[in-house]
Amino acid sequence: MAGRYEIRFSGAGGQGLILAGVIMAEAASIYEGIQAVQSQSYGPEARGGASKSEVIISENPIDYPKVTKCDALLALTQEACDKYSHDLKEGGVLLIDSDLIHREPQGNFKVTKFNITNTAKNEIGREIVTNIVALGAMVALTGVVSKENAEKAVLARVPEAFLELNKKAFNLGYEKAMAAKK
Amino acid sequence: MAKKVAFMQGNEAAAHGALYAGCKFFAGYPITPSTEVAEVMSAELPKVGGKFIQMEDEIGAMSAVIGAALTGAKALTSTSGPGLSLKQEIIGYGCITEVPCVIVNVMRGGPSTGMPTGPSQSDVMCAKWGTHGDHPAICLVPASVQELFEETIRAFNLAEKYRTPVMIMPDEIVGHMRERIVFPEPGEIEVINRTTPSVSPEQYKPYDTKFGDVPPLAAFGSDYRFHVTGLNKMEDGFPTTKASIVQAEEERQVRKVEANADDIIKYEEYMLDDAEVVVVAFGSTSRSARFAVNEARKQGIKAGLFRLITFWPFPEKQILALSKKVKAFITPEMNLGMCTEVVKGCVAGNAPVHGIFRVDGEPINPDQIVDKMKEVK
Amino acid sequence: MAFDYDKYIRPGKLPHIWCPGCGHGIVMKGLIRAIDALGFEKNNTAIVSGIGCASRLPGYMDCCTLHTAHGRAAAFATGVKMAKPEMNVICVGGDGDGTAIGGNHFIHACRRNINITYIIMNNKIYGMTGGQFSPATPTGAKASTTPYGNPDPPFDIAKLAIGAGATFVARGTAYHATQIDKLIVEAIQHKGFSVVEILDDCPTTYGRRNKYKSVIEMMNELKDIAVPVKAAEKMTPEQLKGKVLTGVLYKEEKPEYTAEYAKVIERAKGAAK
Repeated sequence: MAGRYEIRFSGAGGQGLILAGVIMAEAASIYEGIQAVQSQSYGPEARGGASKSEVIISENPIDYPKVTKCDALLALTQEACDKYSHDLKEGGVLLIDSDLIHREPQGNFKVTKFNITNTAKNEIGREIVTNIVALGAMVALTGVVSKENAEKAVLARVPEAFLELNKKAFNLGYEKAMAAKK
Repeated sequence: MAKKVAFMQGNEAAAHGALYAGCKFFAGYPITPSTEVAEVMSAELPKVGGKFIQMEDEIGAMSAVIGAALTGAKALTSTSGPGLSLKQEIIGYGCITEVPCVIVNVMRGGPSTGMPTGPSQSDVMCAKWGTHGDHPAICLVPASVQELFEETIRAFNLAEKYRTPVMIMPDEIVGHMRERIVFPEPGEIEVINRTTPSVSPEQYKPYDTKFGDVPPLAAFGSDYRFHVTGLNKMEDGFPTTKASIVQAEEERQVRKVEANADDIIKYEEYMLDDAEVVVVAFGSTSRSARFAVNEARKQGIKAGLFRLITFWPFPEKQILALSKKVKAFITPEMNLGMCTEVVKGCVAGNAPVHGIFRVDGEPINPDQIVDKMKEVK
Repeated sequence: MAFDYDKYIRPGKLPHIWCPGCGHGIVMKGLIRAIDALGFEKNNTAIVSGIGCASRLPGYMDCCTLHTAHGRAAAFATGVKMAKPEMNVICVGGDGDGTAIGGNHFIHACRRNINITYIIMNNKIYGMTGGQFSPATPTGAKASTTPYGNPDPPFDIAKLAIGAGATFVARGTAYHATQIDKLIVEAIQHKGFSVVEILDDCPTTYGRRNKYKSVIEMMNELKDIAVPVKAAEKMTPEQLKGKVLTGVLYKEEKPEYTAEYAKVIERAKGAAK
């Protein structure tokens, strides 16, 4: 990967998407030793609304810190999917929550869908780790950082009492995405 | 030993830069999108015996900063647009009383409440003309997390060296984006402390021009005691209305910065050697501009970038020199033409200046700049 | 032997700007006697003011003096005290400066209970700008901006301070000159935010418009309306009508702000280990 790889995590405020983006960028910048910039835009709401977190990953210094043509998009809500899919590249990666998104953007995308939120809620038992399930899936689908480095970045960011929970969430997301991709 | 590396937000880096510079006092008031500066200071300052206080309002925060700075402490506040408007009277007080301090102002949309979470670059004029009266202005406009850290140290250095408030103004994108930062070792970056008096307490005058345009400043609670007032003052610090003294003191206060512009002005030149179209940009917009210059070069356009790191004093000489050898300037900015007007003033009609203005809460993207280059080349 | 005020006055800075008959000079002398009684070092004493006639006081005092912007004395003083808690920090100023434009800083300094003494010279008017009504001007009174009588009700500044959390509140008058230093000494010795309101007179801009025939009449009014707290205990509400209580009105022990912040530093250093 020589050029820019542009990833956008989108959903509602309070879903932890900024953290998911930060961890992805840290995996690249600190653990892979390549360049990464994370930025975000959000509304006045701490909870709800449409929120996005963008990560640019490159082997070269990164000038423009925002997405120009999105290589990979995560959408956890219909509102975010509608609002943030307009600049997804042809052939780009699109990961959506199959329980929550019923209107998919039209275009030639590599679409992967599974029940991301419900995986966190029912299989891990904590809806709060939805972002980590989604992150695991995005790591699997984009391949821009290794699974090992991404997991290290996750574990460095979460409180000690929740290490196992997050590890499980990350791995389950990774596996489900690999399975759904096929 | 390997240097400490972190993946950090711009605002957090500003706070760490202040700590590196030896900041021991912070007073602030919560405001988006600058609050992370206060949050880091609240956690870190007491660890080094420093003081953090959240004041009742923006004016109180600026006032407490000047009060603390007069006791000898390096003092910081952080704010954004509406807070900067509120602080202006006390910034003017800091200018006339010549008290060093640093203001981090993270630029968001305005006027008034505007767009609190959206990026903007529309406070740069407020840095120079926001408070009433003639006064010196130093304003720095970093473009990356690492640079925000380093320029915050420089802001303290300039404040102490020139005995004046200094503003550092990242736009919201630079303040909130996260990048890798490499922390310098202590001593690796120069830290300047204020010059304290060499004369006896009996002989000390807080504005004694015998020592040049930047007189030494004693601390309250030391062996020196003196008077500080926002009225026009004499060299002993007491008020005066004597015309010749007022005129001379006002001129000195502005001159101490203007005459040292070469020491204060910092900029970066990128691909300017053969450039025909030069982008003048700062903050996050300069990152779009660099991207655009690279794109344009691929398409055969001789483009270059003049990146402002110091906004005030403005690099007038450098822009004027460039204007004699280039075909056109492009000035993209997240406001309706503040920097553009200043550049136009500098080029004195030698070359056209084409602005690109955005105030919709979105950054200027590289394509907009490339399109403009094609139009004007 | 007569008290030597010159010891605390900056050489060459008198005469002061105050009008003949103004009570501010009486308050300054009271403050000087208090500082002398406390044995404060001038180098270690900061006197901070805002804007107005009363706020010119620091310029005459041979201490670390800070004449700030209108209303901001308490906020500047908070910065001084936080940065150097070992300094004695005293605010002085008028009623308009302290409770109108500076009202927010004043009440929050009360709430924090930071160890600063605030002396408010309440002459019920903005004197320096020519006699506009202040938050302490009585309803109905004439001022340059209330030509038909003041429609605003006034603050009770001492009650405002108590309500906002000041832990020592006293009131005196410019007439009761020998009481002023005693109130200030007690206020400064109290650990926490202390307020001393001194009822004062402005013959030039208030007396003249409100039918006072002389400074003596204004001073006599201060004498007549003042009732010491102790004496008031034995008086009926009817007898107290139109009177103002003087002396120490309120006192309580509560954690002081800079001492509390010292604990924050200890906790932070502990957490950093």
